[in-house]
Amino acid sequence: MLLRLRRWGPGLLLIGPSLIVLAIFVYGLIGYTVNLSLQKRHDALPSEGYAGLDNYKNLFTDPTGRFQHNLWNLLIFTLVFMGGTLIFGLLWALLLDVRTRFEGFFRTVYLFPMAVSFVASGVVWRWLMNSGQGDNAGGINSIFQGLHLSFLENKWWTTPTWGMAAMAMPAIWQLSGYIMALFIAGFRGIPVELREAAAVDGASTWQLYRRVLFPQLTPTTLSALIITGHMSMKMFDLIMSVSGAQWITEVPSVYVWQTLLTYDYAKAAAIAVFLLAVVAVVIVPYLIHVNRAEKRS
Amino acid sequence: MRLAIRAAVAAGMAGLLMTAAACSSDDNSGSSSGSKNVEVFTWWADGGEKAGLDGLVAAFGTACPNDKFVNGAVAGGAGSNAKAVLASRLQQNDPPDTFQAHAGAELTDYIKSGKIQDLSQEYKDWGLTDAFPKGLIDNLTVGGKIYSVPANIHRANVLWGNKTVLASAGITKDATDLDGFFADLDKLKAKKVTPLALGKDWTQEMLFESLLITELGADKFKGLWTGTTDWAGADITKAINDYKRLLTYTNKDTRDTYDWTDAEKLLMDGKAGYQLMGDWEAADLDAKGFKDYSFSPFPGNAGTYQWLADSFVLPVGAKNAEGTKCWLKVVGSADGQKAFNTKKGSIPARTDANAADYPAYQQAAIADWKSNAQVPSCPHGSACSQGWQGAVGSAQGKFSTDGDVAALQTALVNAAKQFAKA
Repeated sequence: MLLRLRRWGPGLLLIGPSLIVLAIFVYGLIGYTVNLSLQKRHDALPSEGYAGLDNYKNLFTDPTGRFQHNLWNLLIFTLVFMGGTLIFGLLWALLLDVRTRFEGFFRTVYLFPMAVSFVASGVVWRWLMNSGQGDNAGGINSIFQGLHLSFLENKWWTTPTWGMAAMAMPAIWQLSGYIMALFIAGFRGIPVELREAAAVDGASTWQLYRRVLFPQLTPTTLSALIITGHMSMKMFDLIMSVSGAQWITEVPSVYVWQTLLTYDYAKAAAIAVFLLAVVAVVIVPYLIHVNRAEKRS
Repeated sequence: MRLAIRAAVAAGMAGLLMTAAACSSDDNSGSSSGSKNVEVFTWWADGGEKAGLDGLVAAFGTACPNDKFVNGAVAGGAGSNAKAVLASRLQQNDPPDTFQAHAGAELTDYIKSGKIQDLSQEYKDWGLTDAFPKGLIDNLTVGGKIYSVPANIHRANVLWGNKTVLASAGITKDATDLDGFFADLDKLKAKKVTPLALGKDWTQEMLFESLLITELGADKFKGLWTGTTDWAGADITKAINDYKRLLTYTNKDTRDTYDWTDAEKLLMDGKAGYQLMGDWEAADLDAKGFKDYSFSPFPGNAGTYQWLADSFVLPVGAKNAEGTKCWLKVVGSADGQKAFNTKKGSIPARTDANAADYPAYQQAAIADWKSNAQVPSCPHGSACSQGWQGAVGSAQGKFSTDGDVAALQTALVNAAKQFAKA
C-alpha cells in the first residue's frame, strides 16, 4: 500500500492543483450550465424551478426559425472554412515541398496572417467586403470595377442564405498558413527513402504524390480538420467585428451572447450546451482514435 | 525519495500561490466603502456625451461639495459593453453608486430583480413630479413607483434631409402624410440618388416604429407596449406592407452593413435625400460642420413626440446612498439639465427650461416637447424590456433579408406575448 502511494503520490500531488482547478472551472461550470439550461430562468429573477428539456425544445419550435437559421449559417461557414483552409494549405505546402527558392521567406509570408487577431482582420475585411455596388462600391467590389470585372461584384456576407460563405474568407486567409505548416511537417516526416524508392521504380511526380505521399498524410489531414472544425464552431470574434450581432450572420455563439445580454440565462445555457454537444460529437471520437493509436505505437 | 519530497513541496507551493492569487483579486473591489465617493457608471466616454457629463459633474461639484465624483465610464458599443460589465457587477452585488440606463421599460429587468430603489418620495421632495410632463411621468411609473431620474430627452421620429438634393428633385417642403412622402421618394429616385438612407437593425426598427405611429396614431401606438393594442391587427399588416415598400427606396445593398453614421454620410455627401434618425443627428451634423440639412417629424408623426431618455438610478446596496441622492437631485434640477443638455444636443426633460439657452433645432424640440403627445420607443428602451428589444431586432433583421410580411407579424405578436407587462 505504502509502496504504491510512494509511486503514485508525488505525481498525483504535482498534477493535483491543476486537476482541482480543472474540476471546478471546466467540468464544474459545464455541470452548472447544464443544470441552468434545464430551469425556468428567463429574467434577472431567481429560477422558477425545473422545466425539463423545454428550453431545448423551444429553440427548435421558435416560429422565426432563428436557431435553425443559426445552425445553417454555422454549417455553411464550417464547410467553406474547412474546405478552403485545407485546399490552400495543401496547395501551398505542395509548392514549398518541391524545395522552392526562398522557401523560408514564403513560409513566413503564408504563416503571418495567423499572427493577426480575428478582431483586427475582421475590421479590415469588413471594409474589403463592402456590399455596395455600382456607384456605392467600396473594397473588393471597387477593385473588381477597376479591373472591368463588374459582373463579379456581389453582396458578400449580406447575401441571403449563402452569405456565410463570404464570412469564411477572412478565416481562410488567416488559417491556411497554419494548415500549410501542418502539411509541410507531414511531408517532411515521410522518410526520404520512400521518395527515392518510388523514383527508382520509375514513378512520375504525380504518382509519387498520389500513391506514396498523400496516403501517409491522412493523420495530418484529420488533425487539420479537427482544429479548423472546432475553431469554426466557436467562431465569435470574427463575426462580431465583420457584421456585428445581427440576423444575417448570426451563429449559435452570437445567439448565446445576445440572450445573455437580455438576461435570458436558461436559454443562453441551453444554446451553449447544445453547441458543446455538437463540438463533442466531432472531437470525442477523434480523441479516442488518437488515444488508441498512441497505445498501439 | 528526496526527489519525491521536493516534488511534493513544489506542488504544495503551487497550490498556495493559486489560493493567494484568488484571494488578492477580491480585495480591490470593496475599497471605496464608507467613503464620500460617488461612482457614476455611464457609457459616455467621448464626444458631445462626454462634454455633457462634464457639465453635469461641474454642477454636481457646486451643489454637493462633500461628495466626490468618480467616473466609471465604460466606452464602446453604444452602451452594450457597459451593459455587460454592469450586469456582472449587479450579479455580484457590487453595484456602482449610480448607473446610466434608458428610462422606461428597459428598467423592468432591474426592477424585477430588486436591483434598484424606489425614488417616488424623492420625486415629491425635489418637485420633479410637476417639473416633468405627465406623459413622461406615466411612462416612468411602474406599479405606482418611479425608479429613475431622466437627465435628458431625445426625439426618435425625426426625418432629416439634404436641402440641396431635395431642391434638385423639386421638393420644397417635407411631406406631411405617407402618400406625399412616397411621391417625394419617387422624385428622388428619378434623380438617381438613394431616396432614404438606412442603417442596420435598430435603425430599421426606428423607421418601422415611425410608420406605426403614422398608421395607428399616438394612443394605439402606446397600447402596443402595454398590451391594449393587438399586434395581429390588420392595421399592423398594412404598416408592415408600407414598411416593405419603404425599404425599396433605401440603400438595399448596404443597409445591413451600415451604422447610423454611415447612412448619415450618404446624406451629407449628397448621395441620399432623406434619413430617419433620432435628434442626436443634429448635434452630430453640427459637429461635422454640415449646415445644409432640413428636419421635420416623420410624415404623419406631427404632434407626436417619440422620446427616449438617459436616466440615473439608485441601486440597492449603493455604498454612498446619500451622495447618490445628491447626484440624482442635480440630474433632475434645472441647472443640471441645462449644463448637460446644452452640450449633449438633447433637450431637458423639465418643461420649465428656457429655450433661448439652446441652438435652433433644440428650440423647436423644446416647444414640441411641451405641446405634443409623448410616445416611447422600443429600440431605445423607453417602451420595452431588453429581451423584447432583442426579439424585435432579430425579426427586423430577418425581414430586411427576406421581406416576409406574415413572418414578421408573427414574430412581433410572439415577442409581445412573451414580454408585454401584464
